[in-house]
Amino acid sequence: MQVKAAEPPAAARPGRLRHRVRPQRAAPPRRWSRKVQGLGYAAPTAVFVTVLFLWPLLLVGRMSLSDWPLLAGDQGGNAPENYTDAVDGTLFWPAVRFTLLYTAIVTVALLGLALLLALLVQESRPGAGFFRTVYFLPGALGLASASLLFWGLYSPTTGPLGRTPARLGLADEPVSFLGTPTSALLSTVFLVVWKFAGFYMLILLVGLQRIPHEVYEAARTDGASRAQIFRRITLPLLRPSLALSLLLCVTGSLLAFDQFFVLTKGGPDNSTVTVVQLIYREAFQRLDLGTAAALSILVLGALLLLNVLQFRGLRRADES
Amino acid sequence: MTRTPPRRDTTVLTRALGRTPHYVAAGGLAVIFLFPLVWNAWASVSAQPGTAQETGYGLGNYRTLLDYDAGLWRYLLNSTLVSALTVALTLAVSLLGGYAFARFEFPGKNLLFLLTLAILMVPYATLLIPLYVLLGRLHLQNSLIGLSLVLAMFQLPFATFMMRISFEAVPRELEESALVDGCGTAGALRRILLPAVRPGLITVGLFAFLAAWNDFIAPLILISDSAKAPLPLAVANLRQQSMGAVDYGATEAGVVVLAVPCLLLFLLLQRHYVRGFMSGALKG
Repeated sequence: MQVKAAEPPAAARPGRLRHRVRPQRAAPPRRWSRKVQGLGYAAPTAVFVTVLFLWPLLLVGRMSLSDWPLLAGDQGGNAPENYTDAVDGTLFWPAVRFTLLYTAIVTVALLGLALLLALLVQESRPGAGFFRTVYFLPGALGLASASLLFWGLYSPTTGPLGRTPARLGLADEPVSFLGTPTSALLSTVFLVVWKFAGFYMLILLVGLQRIPHEVYEAARTDGASRAQIFRRITLPLLRPSLALSLLLCVTGSLLAFDQFFVLTKGGPDNSTVTVVQLIYREAFQRLDLGTAAALSILVLGALLLLNVLQFRGLRRADES
Repeated sequence: MTRTPPRRDTTVLTRALGRTPHYVAAGGLAVIFLFPLVWNAWASVSAQPGTAQETGYGLGNYRTLLDYDAGLWRYLLNSTLVSALTVALTLAVSLLGGYAFARFEFPGKNLLFLLTLAILMVPYATLLIPLYVLLGRLHLQNSLIGLSLVLAMFQLPFATFMMRISFEAVPRELEESALVDGCGTAGALRRILLPAVRPGLITVGLFAFLAAWNDFIAPLILISDSAKAPLPLAVANLRQQSMGAVDYGATEAGVVVLAVPCLLLFLLLQRHYVRGFMSGALKG
């Protein structure tokens, strides 16, 4: 992929500082050549962005307006049928509702725990580095691997969690972690919190370490209690890191796929089908790429809207 | 680091006692975080009904994995190929791109940089549906090369941003003296800048590897031939295919094989990983 720009002979190429000293003759061709070289170095990026990002982005727009079965390909425009089909699908509103519910629960649980972890390991007491590494360790795994791991962990036949209550005489049969809609949702939330808490802890830790400790000392000399320091100093000064975490967590959760695909397969009774899973089913089980593309465009629109709103909200909060 | 200065009125003993609840909480949480990993490793070699390891401890589940469908080695090779290619593409493109964005002025520079970052704003799934069609047109459907190209594209926003700030952190004088000495910009990049931005490259490579090795949805959509599946997809398929009976043991062994390279790399390169966060979090 390496694209090399044509290079002028080495002797004709002094550094930029020299341009100012003798600009008359040498500068214009050199500046031109730096422009060409810059373009040359940026060319691979431009090719990637154009072919694998902009082109598919335009294509998904066109697909969403066309009758496009998976196997037969483009059958011509049918707007707005794909969009009406997508919204009228029996699972559309349940999937939207479920995705929003999941996002709300995960965001609160994940950011709450991440903040607690960051506070626990922020001070350089002995062992803080060890705990940081341990909390982050699940983050090094892939989400699909982690989901496969918890699928075994939650198993009613071989998992240790399901059988323990029955063994202790607390229950008659193994606990079913994925058997009911609520337990399937909460079990998935637990998996996601386990996997990502260390990731958000790191982001919050960066924020915590940027708070100058003179601020804490001043507050302490003024006799502020620990709770007051946390509420009046730590939380407000941590706002940029919290905002970044919030943005990443909400976006990531709205696009949830792997964890439900592996762990619950959308069940029981399609109660845990997320929006992205709906796109996948539409495309590869119902073999209708047009409707899948329409759903994709709807998700893209919703995310862009959300990001705009979140940026606005943050800016307003900054001004006040 | 924010360090709490010790209060003058506390003795060593009360300070040690004061720390105890902290360690109990931190330790308890550490056990919860480690438990699933430790349990999975233990379960993969211990006896379970309905698996290849019915009695005692042993590697029966790993043997199942070796023989499953196209075989563990094949899937490991697929995953290694995809990861290596993704890392190489990401490094090459972002190294040159970062150099261009940090050191050159050219028409369309800001637009291209913004478009590269805009990849982050578009959901994965939104792009995968048209990419499925597009790779077909480019004769890269069901191909590990096509998959690597897509994975590298998804790495570009972070990688380009990281390499741009890495180049910007290198003092210009260093490179200018090389240019005066008759090095071309390519020579300056190779001899002077490459060593200076090495930490950035390691961070970018590590993120690209972890993403490519672990990715699930892109191969699920783009790879239809089961012999070409990367490991995460193969392990997930293995679980579904064993004729109604679920082989938990082989799945647990698969998770171990998937997790070990990631955990080792993370432990080795932790410092570089954290730097990726610092840059991202500072920007945010």
